[in-house]
Amino acid sequence: MRGIAKRFSHVVANDRVDFVLRPGEVHALLGENGAGKTTLMRILYGLTSLDEGSIRVGGRDVEIRSPKDAIAAGVGMVTQHFSLVGPMTVADNIVLGNTGSWRTHPAAARARASGAAERFGIAIDPDAIVDRLSIGERQRVEILKALSRDCRVLVLDEPTAVLVPQEVDALFATIARLAGEGLSVVFISHKLAEVMAIADRVTVMRQGRVVGTVPSADTDERELARMMVGRPARGLAASDRPAPRDVVLRVEGLRARDDDGLPAVDGVSLQVRSGEIVGIAGVSGNGQSELTEVLSGMRAPAAGSVEVAGRRLEGKPPSAFIRAGVGRIAEDRHASVIGELSVAYNMALEDLGSFSARGMLDEGRIRAHAESLIERFDIKARPTDPVRTLSGGNMQKVLLARVLAREPGLLVVSQPTRGLDVGATEYVRRQLLAQRAAGAAVLLVSEDLDEIFEMSDRILVMYEGKIAGEVGADVDDLERVGLLMAGRSA
Amino acid sequence: MRGWRLREQPAPSWYVPALPLLAVGVTFVLTSLFVIAAGADPLEAYRYFVIEPLATRFSALEVLVTTTPLLLTGAAVAFAFRAGYYNIGAEGQLLCGAIAAAWAGTLVEGLPKIAALPLMIGAGMVAGAAWALPPAIMRVRFGIDEVVTTLLLNPVALLLVTGLLNGPWRDPVTGFPESERIAASAEFPTIVDRSRLHLGFFLALVVIAAGWFVTTRTVLGLKLRATGLSPRGARFSGIDVGRMLMLAALVSGAIAGVAGVSEVAGIQFRLTEGVSPGYGYTGIVVATLGALAMVGVAVAAAFLGIVSIGADTASRALAVPSQLGLVVQATLLLVTVSLLVFRRYRLRRA
Amino acid sequence: MSLLLTVVEATLRNATPLVFGTVGELYSERAGVLNLGIEGTMYAGAFFGFAAAYGTDSLLLGLLAAVVVGMLAGALMGLLSVSLGANQHVAGIGVTLLLVGLSEFSNRIFFSGRDTLPKIEPFAQLEPFGDGALAQYGLTYFAFLVLVPAAWWVLMRTSFGLHVRAVGENPEAADAAGINVYRTRYLALMAGGALMGVGGSFFTLAVLGSFTLDIIAGRGWVCIALVIFGRWRVGRAVAGTLLFAAVYALQLRLRILPGWGDVPFELLLALPYIVTIVALAVSGANVAYPGAYLKPYRRT
Repeated sequence: MRGIAKRFSHVVANDRVDFVLRPGEVHALLGENGAGKTTLMRILYGLTSLDEGSIRVGGRDVEIRSPKDAIAAGVGMVTQHFSLVGPMTVADNIVLGNTGSWRTHPAAARARASGAAERFGIAIDPDAIVDRLSIGERQRVEILKALSRDCRVLVLDEPTAVLVPQEVDALFATIARLAGEGLSVVFISHKLAEVMAIADRVTVMRQGRVVGTVPSADTDERELARMMVGRPARGLAASDRPAPRDVVLRVEGLRARDDDGLPAVDGVSLQVRSGEIVGIAGVSGNGQSELTEVLSGMRAPAAGSVEVAGRRLEGKPPSAFIRAGVGRIAEDRHASVIGELSVAYNMALEDLGSFSARGMLDEGRIRAHAESLIERFDIKARPTDPVRTLSGGNMQKVLLARVLAREPGLLVVSQPTRGLDVGATEYVRRQLLAQRAAGAAVLLVSEDLDEIFEMSDRILVMYEGKIAGEVGADVDDLERVGLLMAGRSA
Repeated sequence: MRGWRLREQPAPSWYVPALPLLAVGVTFVLTSLFVIAAGADPLEAYRYFVIEPLATRFSALEVLVTTTPLLLTGAAVAFAFRAGYYNIGAEGQLLCGAIAAAWAGTLVEGLPKIAALPLMIGAGMVAGAAWALPPAIMRVRFGIDEVVTTLLLNPVALLLVTGLLNGPWRDPVTGFPESERIAASAEFPTIVDRSRLHLGFFLALVVIAAGWFVTTRTVLGLKLRATGLSPRGARFSGIDVGRMLMLAALVSGAIAGVAGVSEVAGIQFRLTEGVSPGYGYTGIVVATLGALAMVGVAVAAAFLGIVSIGADTASRALAVPSQLGLVVQATLLLVTVSLLVFRRYRLRRA
Repeated sequence: MSLLLTVVEATLRNATPLVFGTVGELYSERAGVLNLGIEGTMYAGAFFGFAAAYGTDSLLLGLLAAVVVGMLAGALMGLLSVSLGANQHVAGIGVTLLLVGLSEFSNRIFFSGRDTLPKIEPFAQLEPFGDGALAQYGLTYFAFLVLVPAAWWVLMRTSFGLHVRAVGENPEAADAAGINVYRTRYLALMAGGALMGVGGSFFTLAVLGSFTLDIIAGRGWVCIALVIFGRWRVGRAVAGTLLFAAVYALQLRLRILPGWGDVPFELLLALPYIVTIVALAVSGANVAYPGAYLKPYRRT
């Protein structure tokens, strides 16, 4: 792959990336979230279109516009979210789109599935219904599906994220055997130990670019961690730091499940005091989303307690959190606003009681409120504009304004600057620091390590639903954070 | 199938205001084929369709009579759809309102109008809301999609009507499947002399006005709209989404129930099998054409009322079958639904 | 004994249009499209099938016309719900209203001004044993002996059926496997529409030999209930049609018996709807709806 470039509206996901995969090698693609690893591979598999660049497979130029083209070129991919049809059998899924005849023969499909299973040494019952399989088994079905189409290149996107350790061992054995038979494997990961264990070569990506490609034999985890996270700027946070005071947020033994019913938050306890910013670092998918959802009232926890300024809030609806003075900035800002409604309405929505009399909307006050916030937060929008039409930065400012206007005692902030330009990022961070200075307690969840280091007084690292460790906010601690994020004790 | 694909891209600013005219224009072009097939001149036919109905006092008042149930079912559907509750069951809720009116309308014999009418209207609202309740509970409590459940209750309500009319309520004198005539005090008075225009039209206007006020001017309305536009965003902002859906469903059912009362007390004076020729389904057309806004509903209902009277006049004058009115209504709906897609999407070569 | 026999015969006869409609709806829904156009499609099949047979003096051409009209109706539903991604329920109601209107409009154009109801000589019943036993219309034999097994076989044993099931459950996965989601949904809708059209034409071409208004009388909605009642399985849905048709046939015969006149048989007829709704309520959100039900598919 040569000179691959891809832009999503404002964000450059891949910035002229070159990537070379040799026959029979296991090549790890390492990087933080948003580094562009997955985008690069989705382009290779035809799931995302490329803006610039060219792709050669087996020495031949290929044009890949859809997965069909990729399959024809000998590329197979197992995406993070599996592409399986749940209510169908394993055999049906394996022959899907590749039946080779207008008829399907259950016996033949079964034979093909079990034949492939045997040939590639992947044990699976072809008659099983996919929905009833464990995650690890489903992954094996995905791999078999790709292999049974005679792919020469197999891309695995974060394949171990969903597996238990024993399944990881089995997966690695399979990968090693297949590579030994000449298959080229791309292994997308952010886990250092796994990369070191399985890869022949490692390409590290950061912010859409390739940092470097090294043979795994010539490197170690520390060097890779450094390449992956880069060097953060010295913290802004050091300036005008008040002494932390009372505990505002107290979380004890919190457990929560994700949308698929799998454990996501696994016994988290933490405290945030007035006048401090506690950063939560971690690679996405380690339970941070579910944690912030519980702390916003959007997800009921399975166990544990959430106490804000002495009030128990676990399992209460979002309105209870709002009343308790929790200001919430969620990671998906589009799902936090009503895009079709105006800026003014969205700014009033969390606190309609203050903007109405006897059930009727006080349009004058809603508009005045919006105008004052627009000025105070320097938002480029009119009160009547639908929020949907705003840029990401301005939309985030609307959310921030709505929350800060109520002078919350606690801020639960998730990915506050994701997708924002430099100016907006700086602005949002300064606002949060001003809140801390004013005595608010701030819980900051971010996948952006620079942000975590720049802003936080204390840093907690989440890994697989647990707090893996706490570190200070000095640059010296960076390597430790990188290791904790990648599941190594530091 | 490859080639053309929809790509997300907002339409130019003139598009949305021009949409109703565009839809009417496209519809008339498409349906003119049928007019020609019927051996008439399309321009002539459409003059009868949209101009003639308003030309005389009599037919203009008949337009309003026809518009009455459409205003009510359109408002009922729009109110629910606006909150993201897809009530396809206005037809059944209307029939239940009609049953309740036919029942209450005989019970209030002897009461003065001022007491009889509110009782009957109240009974119809309760009946309509009650018919809307089970699907609403299933949606809010168990997350079961309401489209199918509300739809399937429509034929059940119709069977209830025919069951009553063929059984206990059958007219004992004539033997026709018609219920007893309601008490004189339960009949809606006419509001214009020498016409069939009755109190129901006034009620419909009150409902539209109240619906407009609630959706655009109140906290509740803002919460309902927010729920319909983005349930997740609404929940995040502290709105009790389940309560909003429940409320939208019940209010919608009650309004549809009033439509049933209005047809029984204003037109038929008894329950008959033909009390509704599908007004509940037409309500979906009206609500969609009216972009789910009450003002739009009023305009759309009036337009469909005109077309429906116009179809009769055209049929008498030009021998174009009056069923062309149905075809025009349905075509207008489908054209509008299609054009709405292009507010947010463009056709692009893939 | 003879009551039982006539009830069985009537059951098979009454079930026939429901089998066509149910299987047609089932294909649409398995592909991920709730086709509320079914009521109108059956109506149009009834009318245009009849009109073509009347005009050409050929029952087979009438049948062909019903097939073609049904396929066009399916294609229209596809245009709206697949290509444009419009609201499936609004689009479906619109298709039904349009086809009912078109049928009644054409009925007036073709057949107005006649003193007598236009009639054709309908399909005769087949009598395999020559003595009236199991006398049924050819379409009934076709429905149960050919259509039902074939519908199951195509859905479960052909690539097309596999594709239909895949695009209805997980269009993203189907797309990733190289299946054309749009084309598959169109084909399912058109095949389903053809069956609905034939189901409607059964009334005019076989039972009555003439077209009357409101001839379908909500049977399209029955089919929707039966598809859900049958949990999107061919066998169970067809069993549902038999159950419904049996109840229907039974009540018609009981109603005319002395002493049975006051029994509210309408409640019996409401059973399929009520049972379907109760079944939905009992199984709650776990109902195995096709995964992509009501969802348009758009590639990013």
